[in-house]
Amino acid sequence: MKESPFLPDAVQTAVSSVLQVGSRVQPFSAESVSKAPRIRDAQVVKSVCPYCAVGCGLNVYVKHGKVIDIEGNPDSPISHGTLCPKGSATFQYTVNPSRLTRVLYRAPYSTEWETVSLEWAMEQIAQRVKKTRDETFVTHLEDGREVNHTLGIASLGGATLDVEENYLIKKLFNGGLGIVSIENQARI
Amino acid sequence: MGSNMAEAHPVAFANVVKAKERGAKVIHVDPHYSRTSALANLYISTRAGSDIVFLGALIRYVLENNAYFHDYVVSYTNAATLVNENFRDTEDLDGLFSGYDPESESYTDTSSWDYERDGDGHPVLDLTLQHPRCVFQVLKRHFARYTPEMVEQVCGVPREEWLKVAQTLVENSGRERTSAICYAVGWTQQSKGVQIIRAAAILQLLLGNMGRPGGGIMALRGHASIQGSTDVPTLYDLLSGYMPQPAALLASKGPSQQTLQEYIEANGSKTGWWANFPAYIRSFLHAWYGEAANLENGNTCYRWIPKIIGDHSHLVTSYAMLDGKVKGYILLGQNPAAGSTNAKMQRKALEQLDWMVVRDLYEVESAAFWHHGVEPVDPTTIKTEVFLMPAAASTEKEGCFTNTQRLIQWRDKAVDPPGDARSDLWFIYHLGKRLKELYAESTDPKDRPIQALLWDYENPEAQAQWRIKDEPDDLLVLKEINGYVVKTPDHPQPYNLHDAPHIPGFTALKADGTTACGSWIYSGVYPAPEHNRAADRNPEGYTFLGWGFSWPANRRILYNRASADPSGKPWSERKKYVWWDAQEQKWTGFDVPDFPLNKPPDYTPPPGALGIDAHAGSDPFLMKPDGKGWLFAPKGLKDGPLPTHYEAAEAPVKNALYAQQSNPTALYFRQRADNRLVPLGDEHYPIVVTTYRLTEHHVSGPMTRWMPWLNALQPSLFAELSPELATERGIKHGGWLTISTPRGEIEARALVTRRMRPLRVGGKAVHQIGLPFHWGFQGKSRGSITNDLAHMVLEPNVSIEEAKAFMCDIRPGRLS
Repeated sequence: MKESPFLPDAVQTAVSSVLQVGSRVQPFSAESVSKAPRIRDAQVVKSVCPYCAVGCGLNVYVKHGKVIDIEGNPDSPISHGTLCPKGSATFQYTVNPSRLTRVLYRAPYSTEWETVSLEWAMEQIAQRVKKTRDETFVTHLEDGREVNHTLGIASLGGATLDVEENYLIKKLFNGGLGIVSIENQARI
Repeated sequence: MGSNMAEAHPVAFANVVKAKERGAKVIHVDPHYSRTSALANLYISTRAGSDIVFLGALIRYVLENNAYFHDYVVSYTNAATLVNENFRDTEDLDGLFSGYDPESESYTDTSSWDYERDGDGHPVLDLTLQHPRCVFQVLKRHFARYTPEMVEQVCGVPREEWLKVAQTLVENSGRERTSAICYAVGWTQQSKGVQIIRAAAILQLLLGNMGRPGGGIMALRGHASIQGSTDVPTLYDLLSGYMPQPAALLASKGPSQQTLQEYIEANGSKTGWWANFPAYIRSFLHAWYGEAANLENGNTCYRWIPKIIGDHSHLVTSYAMLDGKVKGYILLGQNPAAGSTNAKMQRKALEQLDWMVVRDLYEVESAAFWHHGVEPVDPTTIKTEVFLMPAAASTEKEGCFTNTQRLIQWRDKAVDPPGDARSDLWFIYHLGKRLKELYAESTDPKDRPIQALLWDYENPEAQAQWRIKDEPDDLLVLKEINGYVVKTPDHPQPYNLHDAPHIPGFTALKADGTTACGSWIYSGVYPAPEHNRAADRNPEGYTFLGWGFSWPANRRILYNRASADPSGKPWSERKKYVWWDAQEQKWTGFDVPDFPLNKPPDYTPPPGALGIDAHAGSDPFLMKPDGKGWLFAPKGLKDGPLPTHYEAAEAPVKNALYAQQSNPTALYFRQRADNRLVPLGDEHYPIVVTTYRLTEHHVSGPMTRWMPWLNALQPSLFAELSPELATERGIKHGGWLTISTPRGEIEARALVTRRMRPLRVGGKAVHQIGLPFHWGFQGKSRGSITNDLAHMVLEPNVSIEEAKAFMCDIRPGRLS
C-alpha cells in the first residue's frame, strides 16, 4: 500500500494494521485514504459574529484565498465554540450568489438599474453631497444663534459597522460637513 | 423581563442555564411564552405595556417589608438626600410632576426636582431616612399605590404569582446573594421605556445588587456593534464618549452653548468624574481638527461643530424627509423601508429624496422601493436617484465590534470583498478625500471645517497582501480613537497620527492641546503600537481580563467599588469581587477596580474639594456629582425623576393609577394623517399587539432572508394568538389571518397556541397577539412588513418608537 502523505502517523499505523486483517490486503482507493476535513489545511482567521450583540467568536477558514467555512471559535470565553442558527449561517451570508458585487445606479424616474463603475459612482456621490450641502447649509438661525449645520442630508446606519467606521462617519459627516441627522439602530 | 433571551441571545442564555443548574432561580415575565419561559423556573404572563406597575409594586414591597439592603442603601444611594420643598410628585398632581407646561407638553421648569441644598450648595442629608422629603420617603409615597392588587388589575397577573417574584428576588439579594435583571427591547420600545429601566435600577439599588457579581442590570442589545455605535456615536445627540452633541438652545433653557466654555459649563461637572470633561473635549477637538484646535483654546473649532436645535433623530427626520426637507440620504447597513416603524410612511419618504446612497450586501427593501413594494410601484413617478453600492462583509475587513458587555473585540480580515464591494471604511475615507479636494480652493468660511479636518489614514504597507490596495488602515483609526500624544516639552513640533506615541489611557488626556483622542472611554484599547488589546485572546480567569478590552480601562463590572462595604471589605466572602488591600494601600480583586486605585475607603473630602476628590472613599458611583446611585433622579430625564405608570399610546384600558393616561412628554404626531392613533376604548381595534424576534432571522431580513439555511428554519411570517381568540374570530391554526391598524394591514399565517393567553385586565378580558417583524418584499423568503402596522409615538428622552404595545384588529383570510 502506498504511504499516504496526508495522514498523521497514528492514523497511518491504524490503517496499515486494519489492512493486514484477514488473508488479503483490503483495497482502499487513493481518494479514501486521502480523505480529511476540508478545513484541515485551511488558514484560520479569527473573527466575531455579525448578528446580535453577544459577540461570539468565529473561526473563518480560508483556502486559496476563499472562505470555505465559518464555525465557532472554541477559545472564546463568551461562546466556547457554539453559535446560534444565525451565527452558524454566517458562511451563507457572506458567500452567496445574490450578493451585490457591482455598483448599481438608478437615474431619476428610470425603470431599471444600470451597472456603473465604482470610480464614477464615488465621483457622482461626492458631487451630490457637495451640491446639497452648499444649497442647504445654515450658518445662523433667524434669531442669531450660530448653528453651522445642514438638515438637507441625513445618514442612517452604524450598528452593524465597525467602531472605526462609525468614528469616521461621524468625523466626516458631522465634523467636516455639518450634517446633524446622523443616526443608527441604537434608538430603533 | 422585556427580553426573550433564549431566542434573541441564545449563546448568552447558555450562561443562564448553567447558573440555573447550579441553583439560580430564573424568572421570565413576558406577554408571550417562549423558549426563555420554557427554561425558566417561573414564567409570568403579563400585559404588554404594564411593566412599571409590576416593577413599582416590587419596589413598594421591598420598602414596606424592610427588605432592602440597609447598609448599601444608606451609604451608596441618595436615599438620605432631601428633595427640594417645591417638588410635587405624581401623587399630588394626578400623574404629573411639578414644572409641567401643558402647551409645550414638556417639563419646562425642573428646578423643583433638585435636592435641597445648604448655603454652600451641598445636598442636605438625613441618614435616618425619616425626613418626609428625603428620597427614601419620597420613593415610598410615590409607589404607595403600586400594590399587588394593582398588579392584578393592571398587568393581569394574579397576585400570588407576582408575590413569588418579589419573594424570590428578596431571598436572593443582600450580602450573600445577588440577583441580576436582564432586559431588551421589550422595555426600550415603549413610550416610557427609559423609566421602565429606571424602575429596575431603583429596585437593584434598593436590593444592593449594583456593582456586584451576579447582580446589576444587563442591557441585552441587538446588533454586532450597536454598543460601539453608541460609544463612538453615529447618533445625532451624542458627540463622542457620551459627551453630548452641542446644542444651540434658546437662552431660556439654559446656557446657549454657543462657545466652548458654555458647552463645558452645561455638560461638565465640578465634582465627580465628569470634572475631567475639559480634557476629553479638547483632546477630541484635536483628533478632529489638529492644530486648528488650539485657536481660541478650542473655541474656533467648537464653533465649527454643527449644533442641534431640536430632535433630529431618525424617526423625526423621516417626517422631515416626507415633507421634502431632506434632499440626500445615506444608508449604511440599515433598512428603514421595512425595519423602521410606520414603514409605509418610510417608503413614501424615500420617494421625496433627490438622491440616496444605499450600502449593503444585497438589494434590500430600502434600495428596491422605487421598483418594488407592498403594493404595485410606478417608477416613472418616483424621482429618487439611487446609488446601490456593494458592501464588504465583516469577514472581509478588519476592525472592532463592541458587544453588549462593552467588550471591544478585534476581527482579522480573512479575504478581500468580492468585485467592487468595499468596506464602509473605504467608502467614507475616499468620499472624504474627494470632498476635501472639491473644497480645497474655497474661501467660504463655512468650508473651513472640511478643509481643517485631519484626514490621512493611508498605510500602503499594511495593504500589500490584499487585492484592494487603497483600503485605509483600520489600526490608524483605532489609534486615533484610543488617543495619541500631540506634543511634549521634548517634542514641541506636533506629531502626526502615523508617528505619534500612543496614549496609555484616559487619565493621560489633557485640556491643553497636547493630547488627541477620538473617544475617551475607549482610551487604553490600543495603548502601544505592538499591543492592540481588542485583539487579546487569552480566555483564562474568572473575568477573562486578557480577552478583548472592556471600556472603561478594561473594567468588566461597572461601579464595582460597591461590591465592598464602606470600609473596603467585601459584603461577604461568597460575593467578594473588589476590595481594599490595606497592606498595599490600593484596591484589588478579580476585576480592574472602578475607583481611584489608591483612594482609601475612609477618605473624607475636604471642604471645597473638586473633581473626583470631592467623592468620599465610600462613593462608588463616580459619574454622578454626588457619587451616589440615584434612586431619585434630580436631573437628566425629560419625563420625571421617578418612574410612573402610564398606559401606552394605544391601550385597552384607562390608566388605573392616575388621570394622566399616557406619557405627558412623549411625541405623538397626532396631526399626521398617516399616523392615526387608536382612541381609548375604540372597539374597532380591541386587541393588543406586541412584536418580537425569532432566533433564525435578524431585524427586517437583510442579513437572513437571503439565505436558504435560515429560510428553511423559519419560512414565513406568522402571528401567534390564543385558542380563545382564534375561536372567537374563526381563525384556523396554519391558516391565514389579516391584521389591521389605522396605519396599515398585513397578512400572516396563524399560529394558534397556548403561548398567548387572554388576560383579565381592569375587570375585562384582553386579548394579545404576537408578531415577528422580520419579513419584507425582497429576499428569498418574502412576507408582509409588520412595521406597516406600527405607529410613530416616540419616547421623550431617546426618541425610540413604541413597538411593543399597540392595538389592532384581526380577521381570517388573506389581504383582499
